[in-house]
Amino acid sequence: MVSKTQNAKLDAKKTLEVVEEQFQTLQILNESGEIVNEAAMPDLSDEQLQELMRRMVYTRILDQRSISLNRQGRLGFYAPTAGQEASQLASQFALEKEDFILPGYRDVPQIVWHGLPLSQAFLWSRGHFQGMQIPDGVNVLHPQIIIGAQYVQTAGVALAFKKRGTKAVAITYTGDGGTSQGDFYEGMNFAGAYKAPAIFIAQNNRFAISTPVEKQSAAKTLAQKAVAAGIPGIQVDGMDPLAVYAAVREARERAINGEGPTFIETLTYRYGPHTMAGDDPTRYRTADLDNEWEKKDPLVRFRKFLENKGLWSEEKENEVIEQAKEDIKEAIKLADAAPKQKVTDLMSIMYEEMPQNLKEQYEIYKEKESK
Amino acid sequence: MAQMTMIQAITDALRSELRNDPNVLVFGEDVGVNGGVFRATEGLQQEFGEDRVFDTPLAESGIGGLAVGLSLQGFRPVPEIQFFGFVFEVMDSIAGQLARQRYRSGGKFSAPVTFRSPFGGGVHTPDMHADSLEGLMAQTPGVKVVIPSTPYDAKGLLISSIRDNDTVVFLEHMKLYRSFRQEVPEESYTIPLGKAEVKREGTDVTIVTYGAMVHESLKAAEELEKEGFSAEVIDLRTVSPIDIETIIASVEKTGRAIVVQEAQKQAGIAANVVAEINDRAILSLEAPVLRVAAPDTVFPFPQAEAVWLPNYKDVIATAKKVLTF
Repeated sequence: MVSKTQNAKLDAKKTLEVVEEQFQTLQILNESGEIVNEAAMPDLSDEQLQELMRRMVYTRILDQRSISLNRQGRLGFYAPTAGQEASQLASQFALEKEDFILPGYRDVPQIVWHGLPLSQAFLWSRGHFQGMQIPDGVNVLHPQIIIGAQYVQTAGVALAFKKRGTKAVAITYTGDGGTSQGDFYEGMNFAGAYKAPAIFIAQNNRFAISTPVEKQSAAKTLAQKAVAAGIPGIQVDGMDPLAVYAAVREARERAINGEGPTFIETLTYRYGPHTMAGDDPTRYRTADLDNEWEKKDPLVRFRKFLENKGLWSEEKENEVIEQAKEDIKEAIKLADAAPKQKVTDLMSIMYEEMPQNLKEQYEIYKEKESK
Repeated sequence: MAQMTMIQAITDALRSELRNDPNVLVFGEDVGVNGGVFRATEGLQQEFGEDRVFDTPLAESGIGGLAVGLSLQGFRPVPEIQFFGFVFEVMDSIAGQLARQRYRSGGKFSAPVTFRSPFGGGVHTPDMHADSLEGLMAQTPGVKVVIPSTPYDAKGLLISSIRDNDTVVFLEHMKLYRSFRQEVPEESYTIPLGKAEVKREGTDVTIVTYGAMVHESLKAAEELEKEGFSAEVIDLRTVSPIDIETIIASVEKTGRAIVVQEAQKQAGIAANVVAEINDRAILSLEAPVLRVAAPDTVFPFPQAEAVWLPNYKDVIATAKKVLTF
């Protein structure tokens, strides 16, 4: 070791190149829906493949309807998801029910597919406390607004699983911008130091609001940030549902076998604006870039793949679309039926037992509300 | 009963709760084999194992996140922030996350976390170790803030804090860690959060205080007694929520009050106590309620502590202003 160091010529740039070479993009399905990496092909039944497609189509419709409902004033805060279906849904599809999801603000689809009723997701969007009264047995947290916070919390949930001996993982999501946060680094480093069963995903859609990923970091890949935590990192084609599924499934295996956390970067794109709060992507993205990524649409390639296998048809797809529209209508109706919030409700959910100041204020508002 | 310093009483409380509830976890920087930089967790890892009492990487925000995550899975974390000046690194986990965990989930998730952290001047610590930042926490809906001033209170309040199903910030004054011993029962006992204690009864002026200033106030009360003034000293023990009932009952009796804190005048919680008294007992007041507090500068360089930190002399002077108004 000593002699090797003595003879080695210092070449820091070379070190970086060696690191970058380790993070090649994993792709299984190309843009034409052809398998390009048979060896990495995940073991999924025909029914599972169809179900994954169903969820992706459903979620594309959910996004379209959510945008429209937001414009009609029937939803509140909404962060569009179109383009990220493979990244969001194939990763969730690789989980088991006992796995715990700590989503970011754009990751509502994952927690819906993990068991949160759609009507509650809509209530969360509107800003109603009943939105995140998570049903028993559904292992998810509310969408996290503070970028990075979900990463440090994930280390904690994962450590809890390890301490309890639960064969489950904690999984979390952030975006490309989120990888610049301190909590992003701390979360992965903690999970690494404790060898905790966690999966950290960064969905790299190339933009943090208007800021391109090149302005977040000089790092060539986000996946290589795993190196700083001493954990495996992998970059996957985030428009490829099979690659995302395979990467998450493998990370899950490793985690529940006690081998620690994994960091996964999914290369993806959001077709819509950052959020529905007035963001206009034409100010910072070119039409060329949009077109380039539209060709990579995860639905298009997965549809072709399934059609070639005789597993998908226009008829099937239309059924899913109709089902989604109907469910969404029903869920909005349910959300409409939620009782209006009162200040006394908000006071009641602050503490197990109200302190003196709140008790006093509770009486004042109870009086007001009774009029 | 045993004679204990405050630090021993704290260790005793932690031991009691680690025994009492397998979900209690103690973690932080150097709290394990080292027993903590102040020996607060001395011997705990040996007794309960590395699974229950463990060291963390050096990152306060990560420690806060760990507490959030563990609490979501039914654990009862008791993390340590080595010095409360480092709270700025973990403000989001405390004020942005745990304080809101129950509320955000519509009551589904509680956040039974107790952050322990030393603070307080008079021991010549370097920058960012001694700052009184309880005011930041007291302004945060969803957390309770506890500051004991005696070994007896420290043990009973810490046990209550750990058993509380909402987040508690438990601040330990460094100057009080080993400055005196007191009889502390060896068995478990609790002191209710949100309840002040009259540490000395009096009839002429109420002194509302907490932390190291309790002892300065008691010393001042003794001096005032010699001059014929009877001061009642109230130790808040919990600075958020404050015990309005005890404060008001005392002010209605004495007709005069001062509030004494170590924090800068613009910080701490004295202004809140004054406002509550003005709201509720203005007709009992013979004089305005005055404050004893530190000057509104950054916490002093170690060599300037003596001229900067409020002490019993300041308490006497302010009490006299009110008494002779």
